[in-house]
Amino acid sequence: MSPADAISWALLAAGGVSCVLGAVGLLRMPDFFTRMHAASVVDTVGAGLILLGLMVQAGLTLVTVKLVVIGLLIFFTSPTASHALARAALARGLEPKLADGGAPSKP
Amino acid sequence: MFVAATLALLATLALTLVRALKGPTVFDRALAANTVGTVAVLLLAVMEFLTGRPDFLDLAIVYGLLNVVGTIAVLKFFRYGDLGEPGEGPEDR
Repeated sequence: MSPADAISWALLAAGGVSCVLGAVGLLRMPDFFTRMHAASVVDTVGAGLILLGLMVQAGLTLVTVKLVVIGLLIFFTSPTASHALARAALARGLEPKLADGGAPSKP
Repeated sequence: MFVAATLALLATLALTLVRALKGPTVFDRALAANTVGTVAVLLLAVMEFLTGRPDFLDLAIVYGLLNVVGTIAVLKFFRYGDLGEPGEGPEDR
């Protein structure tokens, strides 16, 4: 168990756990907009840690370059998709569930 | 090591599919589809290390791109009711 393996094992375990946590949050959150929070946990922390763990495992090769490209891809496209999703939901009149029954939030 | 990551990703997929089936609004399903796409990209990357075949990473990149384009197209369809005819530009909607 060389140090590189230990580091990548820890990163992969943390990434896997955060992916599962995000998915559990996706199920348990009461409202659509809160579920987007949970889903973005999977996109950012889960993907980031797993890709980092794989990069440590792969060392400085072409595989690591491709993993960096995948990381950048997820880094740029996931917020865009979430933004489009939220706007589409709001445009369709999907109101977020507010705490005190829809009263406007005090400053 | 990779088997543990694969199992975690498969569990994430299962939970996301439950949300996709249960989701009351259509946007929950679109959100679940987007998450399934991202988890599929990660699964491909991990499988590349399990089976030792370097071409899975190229698949993961292409799949990531397709996933975003698909999500945006579906969202446009939900929002405007159709994907727009060729002659109909934004100015004459």
